[in-house]
Amino acid sequence: MIASEINSGDTAWMLIATGLVLFMTPGLAFFYGGMVRAKNVLGMLMQNFFAMGLMAIIWVTIAFSLAFGNFGDGGFIGNLDFAWMRNITATTGDEAFALSIPFVLFCAYQMTFAVITPALITGATADRFKFKAYGIFIALWLVLVYAPVAHWVFGGGWLAKLGALDFAGGAVVHINAGAAALAVIIVLGKRKGWPREGMHPHNLPFTLLGTGILWFGWFGFNAGSALGANGIAATALMNTFLAASAGMLGWLLFERIKDGKATTLGAASGAVAGLVAITPCAGFVGGMAPIIIGFLAGVLCVLAIQLKFKFGYDDSLDVIGVHLVGGLVGALLLGFFADAAINPLVENEGLFMGGDAKLLWFQFVASAATMVFSFVVSFIIAKAIDKTIGMRVTEEEENEGLDYSQHAETAYSFGSTGSMDRI
Amino acid sequence: MKLVTAIIKPHKVDDVKDALKAAGLHGMTVDEVKGFGRQGGKTEIYRGAEYVVDLLPKVKIETVVPDEIAEQVADVIVEAARTGKIGDGKVWISPVEKIIRIRTGELGDEAV
Repeated sequence: MIASEINSGDTAWMLIATGLVLFMTPGLAFFYGGMVRAKNVLGMLMQNFFAMGLMAIIWVTIAFSLAFGNFGDGGFIGNLDFAWMRNITATTGDEAFALSIPFVLFCAYQMTFAVITPALITGATADRFKFKAYGIFIALWLVLVYAPVAHWVFGGGWLAKLGALDFAGGAVVHINAGAAALAVIIVLGKRKGWPREGMHPHNLPFTLLGTGILWFGWFGFNAGSALGANGIAATALMNTFLAASAGMLGWLLFERIKDGKATTLGAASGAVAGLVAITPCAGFVGGMAPIIIGFLAGVLCVLAIQLKFKFGYDDSLDVIGVHLVGGLVGALLLGFFADAAINPLVENEGLFMGGDAKLLWFQFVASAATMVFSFVVSFIIAKAIDKTIGMRVTEEEENEGLDYSQHAETAYSFGSTGSMDRI
Repeated sequence: MKLVTAIIKPHKVDDVKDALKAAGLHGMTVDEVKGFGRQGGKTEIYRGAEYVVDLLPKVKIETVVPDEIAEQVADVIVEAARTGKIGDGKVWISPVEKIIRIRTGELGDEAV
């Protein structure tokens, strides 16, 4: 189905979807920002906002080309055909892409994914990542980790050729960011005082606000991945909604039984877990599947976030517990629920849909390959930065908080005693 | 009875609290305060303009204890709150005339 003409309906939807996905990054900033201590909230917001600056520029100069050049080659990495915005025009572009929207819009849409994926890592590294080191890390990471993995899956690389499915980035975005987060925090070490000190969230209303924005933006993330205004987009939107709802219920039910109370942070986390898990499945499943996927993700992620205390790694805001685990849950469950009646791109149906275990195996290979590659390369990048300029703030800067030590600002100046003189 | 008051660095609160608990103390009151001392201010930047912020955030801890352990409590706080860098704060001990536990009306050492 090669569509060489621009379709106005598809284009209108993708223009909006691009905006929706971009809005997720400030949403993520507030989701995380509410969970850190008051002295680190600007540091957290800044890392997320900064990604909207730096990642966008690196995306169009080189990373997009490395991800989407040599489209459909079954390979490991793209080429430089689209570097420096070359050949990124308002036509539908190369026929291999089979787009019905302007190629430049496709590039912009994918750019919003490239912005939020490295930003996801900031939740794990909260309160201790030196800003300069963070900037260098995500710049290298986008080119060396995100671009190749995006090529494997979205760019028609080896995983796509193999037959692994990933509708909107369960592997490319969530497993990828989660595995990278684990590598980075191993290099960074724990926050000073963790886990003895509580370090509880300073503003849960921010976290819930951020969750709402993420949920809203996720419609663009998943339904937009249909790259058109069509039935698959509509299915993806419904699946996204239901998985978030079921994820929230799963997490809350578990909490209620285990701790006796349903918490607001649990509601927020459960919804995000459901959204993460449905991401790879969104346009490939239907019926009750999203409810099962979301619910299981909610329960499995609330279990997974306990592991950090057992193993002693400081995944501060549970990026590994929610994004890596939720991404794996979604990617693997797709091996059970993928349905050719929903999307003709499904060649091997899931186990519960009358297929054999083939797809489940492909999903396992794709997840494992992404996890290992992302972990290893992220670890090398982090180690290299640590050996040269250092990844972590000094102890004194950590005590003071990132807001002042990294950005010379204070987030909250309530009251009238903040005596300040202009120099 | 004595009132032991300490002004310390905010990130030392947990250390001091744990040390006091370990020393057998039953309670303390904590206040987030601002002030200046020898440490001086810090510089913040807003849209290119630099400002000196004179009043730095500190934490004030207060606890009323029997006369005979006041010195010891002060020592515990000093030990736990010290970083060795400028701005670690101060501890002082002052006499308390009377103390009443509101719930029971107990007075003096019973009320501490």
